[in-house]
Amino acid sequence: MSDTTANPLLTTADGKPLKAALARAERRARYRAFLLVLPLLAFILITFVTPIAQMLHQSVYNEGFTMHTEIGSGERTPIMVNIKAWFDENPAGTEPGEAAFAALAEDMKTLRELRAAGSAGTRINYERSGTRSMFTKAARNANKIEPPFKEAFVDLDEDWTDPALWRVMRDASTPYTMNFYLAAIDLTKSPDGDIESVAENRQVYVTLFQRTLFLSVLITFLTFALGYPVAHLLATLPLRHSNLLMILVLLPFWTSLLVRTTSWMVLLQSQGVINDALVGVGLLGDGNRLQMMYNQIGTVVAMTHILLPFMVLPLYSVMRPINPSYVRAARSLGATSWTAFWRIYFPQTVAGIGAGALLVFILSVGYYITPALVGGASGQLISNLIAFHMQNSLNWSLAAALAALLLGGVLILYWLYDRLVGIDNLKLG
Amino acid sequence: MAASQTSDAFVEFDRVQKSYDGETLVVKDLNLTMPRGEFLTMLGPSGSGKTTCLMMLAGFETATHGDIRLGGKSINNIPPHKRGIGMVFQNYALFPHMTIHENLSFPLEVRNIGKSDREAKVKRALEMVEMGSFGTRRPAQLSGGQQQRVALARALVFEPELVLMDEPLGALDKQLREKMQFEITNLAHSLGITVVYVTHDQTEALTMSDRVAVFDDGIIQQLDSPDTLYEKPMNSFVAQFIGENNTLEGRVKEINNGVALVQLDDGELIDCNPVNVTKAGERTRVSIRPERIEFNKARLQEGVHTLKAEVLEFIYMGDIFRTRLRVAGNDEFIVKTRNAPDQKRLQPGEHIEIGWLPEDCRALDA
Ligand SMILES: Nc1ncnc2c1ncn2[C@@H]1O[C@H](COP(=O)(O)OP(=O)(O)OP(=O)(O)O)[C@@H](O)[C@H]1O
Ligand SMILES: [Mg+2]
Repeated sequence: MSDTTANPLLTTADGKPLKAALARAERRARYRAFLLVLPLLAFILITFVTPIAQMLHQSVYNEGFTMHTEIGSGERTPIMVNIKAWFDENPAGTEPGEAAFAALAEDMKTLRELRAAGSAGTRINYERSGTRSMFTKAARNANKIEPPFKEAFVDLDEDWTDPALWRVMRDASTPYTMNFYLAAIDLTKSPDGDIESVAENRQVYVTLFQRTLFLSVLITFLTFALGYPVAHLLATLPLRHSNLLMILVLLPFWTSLLVRTTSWMVLLQSQGVINDALVGVGLLGDGNRLQMMYNQIGTVVAMTHILLPFMVLPLYSVMRPINPSYVRAARSLGATSWTAFWRIYFPQTVAGIGAGALLVFILSVGYYITPALVGGASGQLISNLIAFHMQNSLNWSLAAALAALLLGGVLILYWLYDRLVGIDNLKLG
Repeated sequence: MAASQTSDAFVEFDRVQKSYDGETLVVKDLNLTMPRGEFLTMLGPSGSGKTTCLMMLAGFETATHGDIRLGGKSINNIPPHKRGIGMVFQNYALFPHMTIHENLSFPLEVRNIGKSDREAKVKRALEMVEMGSFGTRRPAQLSGGQQQRVALARALVFEPELVLMDEPLGALDKQLREKMQFEITNLAHSLGITVVYVTHDQTEALTMSDRVAVFDDGIIQQLDSPDTLYEKPMNSFVAQFIGENNTLEGRVKEINNGVALVQLDDGELIDCNPVNVTKAGERTRVSIRPERIEFNKARLQEGVHTLKAEVLEFIYMGDIFRTRLRVAGNDEFIVKTRNAPDQKRLQPGEHIEIGWLPEDCRALDA
């Protein structure tokens, strides 16, 4: 004690300040540790963080109407510059006059030279379908368009005076936009910029989000209801038997996802094993075979099966270390077997339930292959629509906006879980 | 043992057998009768079936054969939660997700006891084990000894007449263990409860119990009060298992007036108390406690047989001296003497003669 007070600056044996020596010694160890994890860090950054960041960027940024990129050379040329200038000078809601159409005619010539009418039109077409052809047609005839421009355009297509089209063009003339997010939740902008719902027959995304949410909750619950007893059995059986059971649980992991899904198709389709058996036994007339495939039932059944191990494993890992003497103690203290289970055993497995539920839910919210194969029309999930926009309609920005909403939802869920249960209680296995 | 149904019997094992695998008997023909208020300890080596007996009594294992009775009623078909038996587990089994208070409250809640009554009982039980101020903690926040007390309080809080304890002190250090031994016996006697206590620590068994049942191989080898068990072991297993013991092997030469003359394997003769031998010619294992051996010529009895011994080692242990001798070819023959002012300290290499009272030297089964 007196030593430290008399000599406040502690030094090492060779007289260097102790703190500095310690820091240096630790820094070296830290560097070495950092170098060891560097490859993985770089890998994660390149393959995971960057694509997500790019996706998020794409959901609010689309330069289809502002920039043309030559496919071969990669040369970038600004397009629609004249109409952009007109938009900048005139506030939203201004009736497009002769000057506006003159600017448009000028831009059409550029589009014709660059052969970019298609891609520019596609950008507008995302928000107002049926407009792509107007652009290609106008660009094709760009050299023949002569004053008065407005009439010339109307001659080509009456819709050129449509205020909604001009609202879309105004928004698209700046690459940054929130319109894809609006579209992702079935909203759109009216000609004067107010946000409103899209026509009822075109509302798909909100319903699909709701369905995805509902089916994911259902699947999570089903995996829990089926997986809890199995995990309990796994954890309490003698090792010899539980190993065999564990192999059965893990078996789905060892077979291809496609094989598993197809085998469900074989079982569930209307000419499938189950229907044949029911008809064979006489429980079902041949005319009214059960429709269990290509609808929500198919999606739910197949996904529950495929995601079951993700529920069983975390449950198993929390159940295994629970000493059987807890339940015995409860029984000896006077609890019936149900009370002993509910008050003593179950609370100790909550962490595993949380982990399994979170895992299954997050996986099923983003599940794609199985619903695509067995879901039919009514069993599609939001991820199928994302895939559709990426592969068929090529509206990447909308796909990105949908995906970002999905990601946001999952993150909120994660945050909620942390608030309610605590993420440090998560036991994944 | 045949008349096991005495009127004051509280716990009875009647010809109980237990097998887990259908091939070997873990408990073979167990007969045991305990009166109300007794503190009985089951003592025995690992794997001798002690826990199994306790589990059958508590209802977690079923007896393969035989009858277990509590207060005269067969409990074979009564589920564990209706037996009203308090139990302290080896690992305490305190519910980790509940506070100490909730742990103690649990047996009262499942019995639908009113809240105010419950509070009072929990408080009393915690104070009984001097843990009154720990009610809000969780088991993980307590030391081993504190957890042990809570486990005890939890087993007692619903006022069972019978309490089972399976090696409750196994995880504690020596000092704490001794303190808890004292506290448990005091509590048991002041509350008047009947206790079945399992241990494989023989000191614990001897100091705590009214009676000790020595288990081996699924059989009660001897059931007696601690002093009888120590001084009058009925077979060589008990003699070996309880306390320190010297054994010499030989053959009975003759039995006269309750004294057996045994010829040791190297030809020497000694006088013994024939416990497990009945006729001349039988092989026997002779057992003598180290503190009953006399080497002071002046104090040896007239006319008895003595043995020659060579001192191999002298160990000073503070309160006693421990001397290792070579006797009749046995290098592990121990003599214990009190550290008194006039006590002789033997030197290694010294040759002495040793003897004992014939009744202290017990001729047991070979
Ligand atoms: N659940 C079980 N299944 C099969 N065999 C068992 C089981 N429990 C105990 N045994 C066997 O029964 C025998 C007696 O076990 P028991 O637990 O009663 O011993 P114990 O006297 O309590 O030992 P210890 O002092 O080590 O606790 C042992 O051979 C053990 O292997
Ligand atoms: Mg045991």
